[in-house]
Amino acid sequence: MAALIESRDLTLHFGGLKAVDGVDFTLNPGEIHALIGPNGAGKTTFVSLLSGRRLPQSGTILLAGEDITRLPAHARVRKGIAYTFQITSIFPRLSVFDNVALAVQSRGSRDLASRTRAALARLGLHGLEEQEAQTLSYGHQRLLEVAMGLALDPKLLILDEPTQGLAASEVDGFKALVRSLVPQTTVLLIEHNMEVVMDLATRITVLTFGRVLATGTPAEIRANPAVQEAYLGA
Amino acid sequence: MKHWTLHLALIAVLFSAQYWLSPYHATNLARIMVLAVFAMGYNLAFGYTGLLSLGHALLLSAGMYAAGLPAQLWGWSAGPAFIAGIVGGGLVAATLGLLALRTAGVSFMIVTLMFAQAGYLTLLYFAPVTGGDDGFALAPASRTLMGIDLSTDTPRFLTALAIFATGLLLSLALVRSFFGRTMVAMRENEERSRMLGYNPFTVKLAALTLSGLYAGAAGAAYAILFGYVGASFATIQYSILPMLYVLMGGAGTTLGPFLGALVMFALIEAATGLTTAHQFIVGAALVVLVLFAPKGVLGTIRERWVRWLP
Amino acid sequence: MAFGPFLLLALMEGLVTAAVLALAASGLSLVFGVMRVVNVAHGEFYMLGAVLAWAVTTMIPGPPALAFLAAVLIAPVLVAALAAAADGLILKRLNYDPEATIVATIGLLYILQQAALSLYGPNANPVTAPFEWRIQLPWFGYSGYKLFVVLAAGLVLLGLWLFMTRTKAGLVMRATQVDRSTAQAFGINVDRVYMGTFALGAGLAALAGVLIVPIQQAQYLMGHDPLLLSFIVVIIGGLGSLRGTLIAALVIGLSDGVISMFFTPTLAKILATLLVAMVLVFRPQGLFGARA
Repeated sequence: MAALIESRDLTLHFGGLKAVDGVDFTLNPGEIHALIGPNGAGKTTFVSLLSGRRLPQSGTILLAGEDITRLPAHARVRKGIAYTFQITSIFPRLSVFDNVALAVQSRGSRDLASRTRAALARLGLHGLEEQEAQTLSYGHQRLLEVAMGLALDPKLLILDEPTQGLAASEVDGFKALVRSLVPQTTVLLIEHNMEVVMDLATRITVLTFGRVLATGTPAEIRANPAVQEAYLGA
Repeated sequence: MKHWTLHLALIAVLFSAQYWLSPYHATNLARIMVLAVFAMGYNLAFGYTGLLSLGHALLLSAGMYAAGLPAQLWGWSAGPAFIAGIVGGGLVAATLGLLALRTAGVSFMIVTLMFAQAGYLTLLYFAPVTGGDDGFALAPASRTLMGIDLSTDTPRFLTALAIFATGLLLSLALVRSFFGRTMVAMRENEERSRMLGYNPFTVKLAALTLSGLYAGAAGAAYAILFGYVGASFATIQYSILPMLYVLMGGAGTTLGPFLGALVMFALIEAATGLTTAHQFIVGAALVVLVLFAPKGVLGTIRERWVRWLP
Repeated sequence: MAFGPFLLLALMEGLVTAAVLALAASGLSLVFGVMRVVNVAHGEFYMLGAVLAWAVTTMIPGPPALAFLAAVLIAPVLVAALAAAADGLILKRLNYDPEATIVATIGLLYILQQAALSLYGPNANPVTAPFEWRIQLPWFGYSGYKLFVVLAAGLVLLGLWLFMTRTKAGLVMRATQVDRSTAQAFGINVDRVYMGTFALGAGLAALAGVLIVPIQQAQYLMGHDPLLLSFIVVIIGGLGSLRGTLIAALVIGLSDGVISMFFTPTLAKILATLLVAMVLVFRPQGLFGARA
């Protein structure tokens, strides 16, 4: 099976800090892939390289075999890589409808209103269309953020700590949502909540100090002594 | 629907003004409408896209000279000269954008200020052609359109109104379009917009160029309708004025630029009896607005009462 | 006159320009560095310094030297007090938002200029130099006062440098410049630092105005050129870098003196403003600033 996205020897150092240090990584189409690791392991920096928010010092990134290493972020979004921010980044003074409509119209202008409403309904945000986004509860803002990512109709959806700040009941709904996305959409998930990771992920990659420590199924990762020592056991 | 009704109603009221205003006030209103077109262009860049420029005098004078010089040197008539003015404003704006949009925020303000200053000095340097600060008067032949003399009261008023109405309705259509939403997205959260697949540079360049087309149209209209072209329109003063109008009327509202221009004209007119300190009024208005009413008249009305105001 | 002495004269004139410019620009640079405020009204503080110097010297009888000394002491302090008031009444209320403060200082520029026009009038008035003393060089005589301006500006800038690097107040200002919130966490009263910085910046501009007025009459529009030149100097020197500002002032001042002897001043200004714009676009850390 051809990889959806692939990185080879990807490297980005900030001065002496090796944030991402020669990462080889493969994402198969249709999987839910979780990226875990201790704080400061380089997870967010790594997905920033995939999404184009930062450019690497060396290495290559391939999207379905095409080299996108130097492609600017907005062009990658158009090629189907959507990114949701770790720190909620919405348009606070625009209506909920406009927030999602901006994502929808980025993919084409047909049936804007109905497609926007559908994207909102999928996250349970229907009925809030006319509200100003900044007046939403924190949980709803997180969901709005995900709704914008989904509305881009991406091939790859990168979720950076999506369940952070969600109530337990919302987390269950969220897991069901992510499951419903595959296999049309491939999901790359940065997540600290191990229960969510073990439950959702088909494969897991563990990063420490900017390097890949291990990759495998949840069972393999749980059984890996190196991972236990470096991370789970801590 | 109510958006269009509101805007068409304003245009109708302005049309009727020629019957109930004195010629003196009608001429002033024509001037206000032309300057409002300039401010509408400024509003597209600043109010909607968040580009706080201090160099729009460059775009106004680009339109003015692009219309005025061919008229002066080669005897172009009003129609072609007006079109040349629009194109000139747009071209200069696009060039300015290609350079200045590499910067943002305070740097963008200073860069636009410096380019405008360089433009003004260039007009002075070529004073034998441009007339410098004294400028030059446009020949009557260049102020006629299809045999109608635009320098007389009624044709002048109606031409100004036609240009204003076109600009106003176009700006309403624009801000309610997909592109209008994208412009606002740049203002509100550029990074998020980028991660929705929009290229900030091209969106802002397009907005600034549109803004330049408006400024160019205003500059050309001023030259043709009032018969004067001069470097004084390239001074920093004319970069501040549209900002003042927009802040007064309400940044990011379609009717704000006109309202702001009208209010400032009225303020200065009313104060003329009391004092000659025009500059003081402009300065005080800027400080008071930015301190106490940063959303301007219509911005405040929209926030408090009329949510649907475009 | 032969070319050599001619060039020497140009360089000496340039040095005077550079000295006054360095004073005014260091004020602008200080305000931007510490407060992140672009003060468009900076040139008006310079103008007020000159106009107040005229007012003080006409009011105080006695020998010119004494009257001028009074102006040097009084005018910058008055202008600094005015700036402190503007900071408290306007800038602080805007929370020092960079864009809002630019709009507000544009308003301030108009208000101060109009105030000068209404109270002082449109005429240019001379101020007598504190001493009439000419240095006779082999080729030409040169005003001793102009050399005094260079010396005085140099001393003030040296004092400013010592103040910033050797005193506690200077340390507090530099700490606030690096990180406002950390400074606040360490118990620094940021509001007072900002007010003091804005007053000091305005005072430096006013002092430059006082020093120039015996050479170049006081007039209500005289703030325009120094504002533009200060902008140029501060940007080319690297925004907020005092050392870069001084080097740039020297370069711009000297080349201005030389260039305007050989080219028209308008052309020189066009090139200078374009240079500034291009520096901001392509090398925002300034020509002499280190890459951030």
